[in-house]
Amino acid sequence: MAHNVYLYILVMAGVTYLIRMLPLALSKKEITSNYIKSFLYYVPYACLAAMTFPAILHSTASIYSALVGLITAVIAAYKGKSLLVVALAACAAVFIAETLISL
Amino acid sequence: MKTKDYNRGLRHGVAVGLGYFAVSFAFGMEAVTKGLSILQAVLISLTNVTSAGQFSGLGIIAAGGTYIEIALTQLVINLRYCLMSFSLAQKLDRSTPSWHRYLMAYSVTDEIFALDASLGGSLKPAYHYGITSVAVPGWVLGTLAGAISGNILPAFVISALGIAIYGMFLAIIIPPARQNRAILTVVLTAMGVSFLFSVLPVLSKVSSGFVIIITTVAVAGIAAWLKPIPDEETKGDD
Repeated sequence: MAHNVYLYILVMAGVTYLIRMLPLALSKKEITSNYIKSFLYYVPYACLAAMTFPAILHSTASIYSALVGLITAVIAAYKGKSLLVVALAACAAVFIAETLISL
Repeated sequence: MKTKDYNRGLRHGVAVGLGYFAVSFAFGMEAVTKGLSILQAVLISLTNVTSAGQFSGLGIIAAGGTYIEIALTQLVINLRYCLMSFSLAQKLDRSTPSWHRYLMAYSVTDEIFALDASLGGSLKPAYHYGITSVAVPGWVLGTLAGAISGNILPAFVISALGIAIYGMFLAIIIPPARQNRAILTVVLTAMGVSFLFSVLPVLSKVSSGFVIIITTVAVAGIAAWLKPIPDEETKGDD
């Protein structure tokens, strides 16, 4: 780590705060461009999807246990389980898969 | 009246705080695994209060990326808060003083926004602060607990918890994708594009932060052009 960690944190916090603060402080009327509204509407989905795959495959000790966790999470999320339940189900699946692999 | 709003926020915030504890536990562990100190991990959670942004920031810090890269990544990943803040600004009384707006901005998160937005009538700052008063301690203490135990937990536990954050992301994107074809297409395309970045010869050299930025802007930009949304969907359904 050649850079200063505290400077990284300051940059992260500053950018994140400004994104949240500027619309609250400045916006007295609504955004009118439908293109920008649509873009902002799709951003979280595109962003979270890109962050999740393929990174999820390398988030555990083995790609096979990660696959089991991924499939479990997709099924639980598809059934509309809460964030916490989906996350814990994925962890449990990984744990079981790794125990079985090591047998 | 203000106390009543605050207390209601406190009650509604308990579930959020508990959920945050679990997810930030995973964050604290990963931060320490990637070489950050416990203080640094806690400081990130206290000043950022955002899961996706913090996890991606961690990757860039660990890889020694540039400050521009980390700033742009936060901008793109957290751009959704911009939309939420716009929406909350609409819900506030016009007479709400500026200092409330500056203060409330600190804790505009997916879950807190969802609570703010789902409450009928105009948004009371005291309600928002009530939720924040339990949610943020949950987030910060979870990080602390995770950072401390990251060093003492056995490897298999750390491995299993490593997937927690991605499980949460999937829980956020899959239910709406199931209901809405355009979102489903966006999700699958974004996953496909970032996968291509990881396997193709030249593209795999691009750092993970920029892959997220490029993928998000391209996929959301094209989706907004091909399939603009009807007006009312932009509000409050996150």
